[in-house]
Amino acid sequence: MSGPSSETARHTPLYDLHRELGGRLVPFAGYAMPVQYPSGIIAEHTHCRTAAGLFDVSHMGQGTLTAAKGDPAALLERLVPGDIVGLAPGRMRYTLLLNSNGGIEDDLMATRLAADRLYLVVNAATKDADFALIARVLGAEAKLERHDDKALLALQGPAAATVMGRLSPDATKLPFLGGGFCKLGGQDVFITRSGYTGEDGFEVSVKNAAAEALARLMLAQPEVKPIGLGARDSLRLEAGLCLYGHDIDTATTPIEAGLAWTIGKRRREAADFPAAAKILGELKTGAKRKRVGLKVDGRAPAREGAKITDASGKEIGKITSGGFGPSFGGPIALGYVAAESAAPGTSLFVSVRDKPVATVVAPLPFVPTRYYRGT
Amino acid sequence: MAEMRFTKEHEWVRDDGAGMVTVGITAYAQEQLGDVVFVDLPAVGKKLQQGSEAGTIESVKTAAELYAPVDGEVVETNARLKDEPALVNSSPTDDGWFVKLKSANKVQLATLMTAAQYKSYCDGLH
Repeated sequence: MSGPSSETARHTPLYDLHRELGGRLVPFAGYAMPVQYPSGIIAEHTHCRTAAGLFDVSHMGQGTLTAAKGDPAALLERLVPGDIVGLAPGRMRYTLLLNSNGGIEDDLMATRLAADRLYLVVNAATKDADFALIARVLGAEAKLERHDDKALLALQGPAAATVMGRLSPDATKLPFLGGGFCKLGGQDVFITRSGYTGEDGFEVSVKNAAAEALARLMLAQPEVKPIGLGARDSLRLEAGLCLYGHDIDTATTPIEAGLAWTIGKRRREAADFPAAAKILGELKTGAKRKRVGLKVDGRAPAREGAKITDASGKEIGKITSGGFGPSFGGPIALGYVAAESAAPGTSLFVSVRDKPVATVVAPLPFVPTRYYRGT
Repeated sequence: MAEMRFTKEHEWVRDDGAGMVTVGITAYAQEQLGDVVFVDLPAVGKKLQQGSEAGTIESVKTAAELYAPVDGEVVETNARLKDEPALVNSSPTDDGWFVKLKSANKVQLATLMTAAQYKSYCDGLH
């Protein structure tokens, strides 16, 4: 049951701090990352839902995209279905890197820094491939500068704004999905009002050399505790958010994944993104399979890979991520099912250790999100 | 308290006398598993053989099997774990016990690790 060696894994700038805090480090996307601290996943999860949690997400890929001339957003739109050109300076959007089959190469956040600059945050496991794809497709027209010299810290939870108000009052003026350059702990940082927990919160991009001091400053606030990857996963699952490589991947389309809302109105009309004909066709006629939320009876979690069957016993899909929702108070899962079985309230079964367990399609999110909507 | 013996699978076995033993998982095991959210235990009356599957432990992040540390027949399971699986974390060697066996195989029990042997076994895993 002991974790595999993390000696060969890369370290984030907070590696020593994670060890000092008693974090259990596990290999994740090539990095040694804390899956939990001594208080455990449920306590960390609950703390983030009731106060504020600090997450090290420095393994994720950060970069700035500029264009040889003009707006880099117009270039990025060759790869994503979101309206990036329409982003005002200081605003950000969740979008998808698509392949020519309409599959999802990654999900990412794109923030417009200025008329001629975009800031991107992509997943850790896919960052090298993503940046290579962007460089290849955009060629000499664009320049992508990787920020391997920067760490990324997420402060999430209902008390995140109180904490940030104490440390960087300007940041609390940011709207949900807004970003700006701020001072925090004497450092120049870039802060966005975003996250992946379903709570209000911030992500702070900071020079590697200053990351530990900033993390210590935030952890010194009475509301803040460190949160590991385990609770990060249960928090995002309760919020109904997709985990790349599990709930979405190169074989899932945005429509199947329930991410049609990421396709901008202008983009639908122009049909100018990868596999637009296929994706817009699916949008019109409906995908054959759909990502759904599932509430699982009892207390045993149904995990990734578990088969989903209908009332007649026919296999209609698989769980793509599942676990125990501490705030929800029971086992929950995301998975894909045949479209005719995807309506909320549909009774299905999921195989838990070869036994069929009753489950019902549930609306997402499982736990209401509390993103900042202004005062 | 009666002597406890330990397995490489991180179970403890307490000799309650008269062929009876109580079985649970160790503090090391619960720490590795993390927060336990569900425990599936065998039916009373089930005859277990050493090494056979005696139950399942689901934590927030993973699932693990409970193996019978010795041959024996299930006479009682810890009913409290149904509603309070976290007892496995908070009290692994006391309130968080899993099953009681009768007719436990004494010869097998004697071959399991002592507390000192188990401690050095765990130390060697790091």
